[in-house]
Amino acid sequence: MWTWIHKFGSPPHAYRILGNLAPWFGWPALGLILLATWWGLVKAPADYQQGDAFRILYVHAPSAWMSMFIYVAMAVAAGIGLIWRIKLAHAAAAASAPIGASFTFLALATGSIWGKPMWGTWWVWDARLTSELILLFLYLGYMALRSSFDDPQRADRASAVLAIVGVINVPIIHYSVEWWTTLHQPASVTKIDKPSIAIEMLIPLFIMIVGFQLYYGWAISRRLRGEILRRERNASWLKASN
Amino acid sequence: MHRAAVSSAAGLVFKRDLMLAWRRWDEVAQPLIFYVVVTTLFPLATTPDLSQLRVISGGVVWVAALLASLLALESLFRSDVEDGTMEQWVLSGQPLGWLLLAKVASHWVLTGLPLVVMSPVVGTALGLPFAAWGTLVLSLLLGTATLSVLGGIGAALTVGVRRGSVLLSLLVLPLAMPLLIFGSRAVSMVMDGDSPAGPLQLLAAIFFLTLSLGPLAMSAAIRISVES
Repeated sequence: MWTWIHKFGSPPHAYRILGNLAPWFGWPALGLILLATWWGLVKAPADYQQGDAFRILYVHAPSAWMSMFIYVAMAVAAGIGLIWRIKLAHAAAAASAPIGASFTFLALATGSIWGKPMWGTWWVWDARLTSELILLFLYLGYMALRSSFDDPQRADRASAVLAIVGVINVPIIHYSVEWWTTLHQPASVTKIDKPSIAIEMLIPLFIMIVGFQLYYGWAISRRLRGEILRRERNASWLKASN
Repeated sequence: MHRAAVSSAAGLVFKRDLMLAWRRWDEVAQPLIFYVVVTTLFPLATTPDLSQLRVISGGVVWVAALLASLLALESLFRSDVEDGTMEQWVLSGQPLGWLLLAKVASHWVLTGLPLVVMSPVVGTALGLPFAAWGTLVLSLLLGTATLSVLGGIGAALTVGVRRGSVLLSLLVLPLAMPLLIFGSRAVSMVMDGDSPAGPLQLLAAIFFLTLSLGPLAMSAAIRISVES
């Protein structure tokens, strides 16, 4: 197994494997996202309380899930890179951050649009939205730290430490924000909160989450290839393969 | 290496930093002045009415204390890295985490502690009742100490970076948000007549977690900054 890891860790192999892998993520992702969109927008029944407005859930909830998932994945990759000094793991963490930040932004934007018909305002200091906002700050801080070093190795290792400190803090931030809102939340908001979601509404949600995960697989394969090209631009194997 | 050597090396670092600060005490006073100036901004921006200010007084004192201690953190490791002292520490064979923790502790004594001592005065000026003094001081004691360690990690990461101070705030402020939530809630709970034990205990828990894991992260970050 170790030889396999070292083999995959070498840039030429990783570059080739990722190139072969990308379509296996990309096409199923496209198919599942289209299926879930049709299912969620057309086939699923309207909510008895929120009407058709709830359908934005099919974008909001999966992107919120992906924003958390990618942060943890990024921290795990950064930890692997820091402990075993695998450059490819650092590159994967670097490639993940903008994707994760985009999903966080998407979750915030859809949450805000959803809030307009539900709460009557574009923004409510609701626990989930607030912790998504802080998560966005964490992503932005990570990317800002990475971009402020000229030396890529130092950028890799410094931002890896930050990602690990951040991932320890994410649950603390999440629960503190939850505790903070339960003390302030007016009762009218919690009433609208979905009590129990019907199964025919849930199926497209799961399909969408799987689709988003596959999309992440596709995007990370593509971005990681770009990252490898950027880091290895002077390497001889690149000249040889052209 | 035995325990005595570790604690005496850390003690020497602590004493040295206090002595250096004592010789340039005007730099120590600056965050404190900044703290008072920031709290003055809030009544000017909102209202001079004490009964309205009282509602937000705990939060204002907390936000000002966060910003003032962040302001001082930027230069925490800078001069030691620039003149090569930090390199000697990394090579000295002493546990780097302890030395850095001693540095953070002396930094806290010089900036965090004066802020805490000053806070009842500032709070009173914003209409904070006498009954909330104890909670405010206790929450700020735990909060500024935690922030010093968190900020130490940030300062260690950004030590060689251009325009590090803005970046440092960007990195540390999101991590400090739980402190702000628990600290200012503890104060407002006391003002509402509730017991602030819950948030204070949570603050203490975060303090001990940060104190135990923080030096590891700090020394890893310093090694990265010094070695490359």
